[in-house]
Amino acid sequence: MTTASNERMKEVSPAIEYAPAPESRAIVSIRERYQLFINGSFVEPQEGKYFSTINPATEEPLSEVALATEIDVDLAVMAARRAFDEVWSRMPGRERAKYIFRIARIIQERARELAVLESLDNGKPIRESRDVDVPLAAAYFFYYAGWADKLEYVGPGPVPRPIGVAGQVIPWNFPLLMAAWKLAPALAAGNTCVLKPAETTPLSALLLADIIQQAELPPGVVNIVTGAGETGAALVAHPGVGKVAFTGSTEVGKRIQRTLAGSGRRLTLELGGKAANIVFDDAPINQAVEGIVNGIYFNQGHVCCAGSRLLVQESIAEEIVERLRRRMASLRLGDPLDKNTDIGAINSAGQLEKIHRLSKTGEAEGAVAWSSGCMLPERGYWFPPTVFTKVEPAHTIAREEIFGPVLSVMTFRTPAEAVQRANNTVYGLSAGVWTEKGSRILWMAERLRAGVVWANTYNRFDPASPFGGFKESGFGREGGRHGLESYLDR
Amino acid sequence: MTGPKPLGEVGEAAIAKHTSRASAIPSGADQLLRPRADSSLPGFLRSLPGVDQVGLEARAAALATRSIKAGAKILALETAISMVDLTTLEGDDTPGKVRALCAKAKAPDPADPGVGPVAAVCIYPDLVSLAKAELANSPVLVAAVATAFPSGRSPLSVKLADVEAAVEAGADEVDMVIDRAALLAGDYARVLLEVREVKKACGGAHLKVILETGELATYDNINRASWIAMLGGADFIKTSTGKVAPASTLPVALLMMEAVREYHGETGRPVGVKVAGGIRTAKDAIRYLVLVNETLPGQWMSKSLFRFGASSLLNDLLVQRYKQIHGVYGGPDDYSLE
Repeated sequence: MTTASNERMKEVSPAIEYAPAPESRAIVSIRERYQLFINGSFVEPQEGKYFSTINPATEEPLSEVALATEIDVDLAVMAARRAFDEVWSRMPGRERAKYIFRIARIIQERARELAVLESLDNGKPIRESRDVDVPLAAAYFFYYAGWADKLEYVGPGPVPRPIGVAGQVIPWNFPLLMAAWKLAPALAAGNTCVLKPAETTPLSALLLADIIQQAELPPGVVNIVTGAGETGAALVAHPGVGKVAFTGSTEVGKRIQRTLAGSGRRLTLELGGKAANIVFDDAPINQAVEGIVNGIYFNQGHVCCAGSRLLVQESIAEEIVERLRRRMASLRLGDPLDKNTDIGAINSAGQLEKIHRLSKTGEAEGAVAWSSGCMLPERGYWFPPTVFTKVEPAHTIAREEIFGPVLSVMTFRTPAEAVQRANNTVYGLSAGVWTEKGSRILWMAERLRAGVVWANTYNRFDPASPFGGFKESGFGREGGRHGLESYLDR
Repeated sequence: MTGPKPLGEVGEAAIAKHTSRASAIPSGADQLLRPRADSSLPGFLRSLPGVDQVGLEARAAALATRSIKAGAKILALETAISMVDLTTLEGDDTPGKVRALCAKAKAPDPADPGVGPVAAVCIYPDLVSLAKAELANSPVLVAAVATAFPSGRSPLSVKLADVEAAVEAGADEVDMVIDRAALLAGDYARVLLEVREVKKACGGAHLKVILETGELATYDNINRASWIAMLGGADFIKTSTGKVAPASTLPVALLMMEAVREYHGETGRPVGVKVAGGIRTAKDAIRYLVLVNETLPGQWMSKSLFRFGASSLLNDLLVQRYKQIHGVYGGPDDYSLE
């Protein structure tokens, strides 16, 4: 580290060192083993195989989880079909709504339990699971419960009908929240579901299964099958699944699209991103710096819509980077269960390796890395918040999704150039615009090819607001009225 | 009305540094652009980056979730006690009331020698000489509100006389109010002039400039008022008189701390922050200290650069400190009310 940055570190080192403030893990009891949730009860997988899930912050195993094979997936889909035919599709919307409301309320009641479990299994700081993931998951259920008896106002036609069984495959970055995004609209629309959580983060979905039992949802309406890629592939390929919803990598999304091509089965994909967070010289500068930090370091950068490319107007680039570094130096990395932790653990060894590899590529191609030099715990998977300067649009780290706490800074000269650079990516999920000029926000939003454009904020989610991508970021929308359309036939 | 005065060295330097992007312009052209420093004040204030309300409030709310435990909590509580400006600003403040206040300020918890005195007592000017006598041989300072506190609606000459009287009576610190009407009317030069004149009248006394943020309404106004006060020579900028709601809030305090940080970065002069009004619980106080901790360099975590203007806060700090050390709460009458 240079002397100047040493000086800066000294200047920002806090006067009061916070004592550890860990959230108690005692609130949640983790079972030794989790079976599959099929037809309303937990059942042994047919082949009797299990895999373990670990705490990425310590590498300690948390539990064993059933590995669902094709046979299990088939049983789950059949259970879902039966529940669809006999109960759920016949039930009036106002009755379905009661169940969905009940799930939302139990999520709120058991919020602490869910938050602790999510942080243990995923590595995200408790501050985020407690204040973002869990409240938003409840909010999505509440929101869609309200739609269940108003489907004729959704739009696709005067008498919209549910599709049938929805096969839903979700990622590891927001395990509970993504389950909520998938289940809530599907259930409100009258579909039944088979949900496949990610193999590194299955536990919160299994706790949700417990909540679903507690809510007395009719058996088979929601089924949860755990496993890795093969389980997911079996689910999306199952002919009994009328609608597939996938959130995850672009690579897997393309494979799913090939599988479903010509089958007439419905598909929505929510895939990767390489979003531009665009800062103009008239931006509210302190809040913009917060927004940059929130854009890329929220959830360790494991966010498909992360603002991983910072496009800053050349005239203020140096000032922004300097302020950003000062702010990054105050980020607290460590125990995800500590209430004062800002940056938690990387979710898996594989993901950590990928972040390391892409960062090395960045340096090899001539970009300059800076990180605050915060201490990393000895055990577990950790990567310090990092910012790359001297990044050129042609560099790998400016084009590939890193899915980690790594920011690439580039500059632009004019609004037109900002749009051009922001759109110059295979992705198109989200973008951020920071300026005090309202007209410029609208001008930019009109031209940015991204499903979500945030103005003077970043990474804000609301159940009423549709979310989804352009180009290789996928198609279809989740959230809002639009999120229901993909679960309804006219 | 007195004409606007030059900004002075500190102000010039801040403006020059702030507009350093224009520094490549040859000095001749610079002269053309800015013939007089004074006329650049409104332009300078308008050139400050905007403040986004949603973002500022979100950041303050996020910092309010910090959980301060164990040793850090005791340290925070004791630091907060040392930063209190124990205040009484009522029409019925009698010499007896002020004597009681001074005794409390010197030894907030006479049963526990571990509790040091507070930073200052804050009173009306006519009570300064009495308080000085009461506090002789103690480190507790006497702060007097002046300049037609709290509204500030008197001629400048009266305000200056008010300040001079307080200083003559021995006030160590003067808490002035800015002319909010002038600020809202866009007469920034007037606000600056008054701060500067009061600073001069203070002589050696420290000047705290009260912005009365509840009357300024927007964060941009509060930011501008902070800069005017600092350019005018304020040793502290202070949120509120305590007579107007809303008084101090976390976002307002965060914004003022950011302004202080910018000003320090550009001039090298550290300016203190005083939050006042409505801060009644130890929990509130700790939240303000978290803002200091994560916004400003370490030197601000001291009574020389951060203060709480409060009265009932002090007892809650004592109660919570006792609880933290001994594990149980004391009774309501374990501490004197003043």
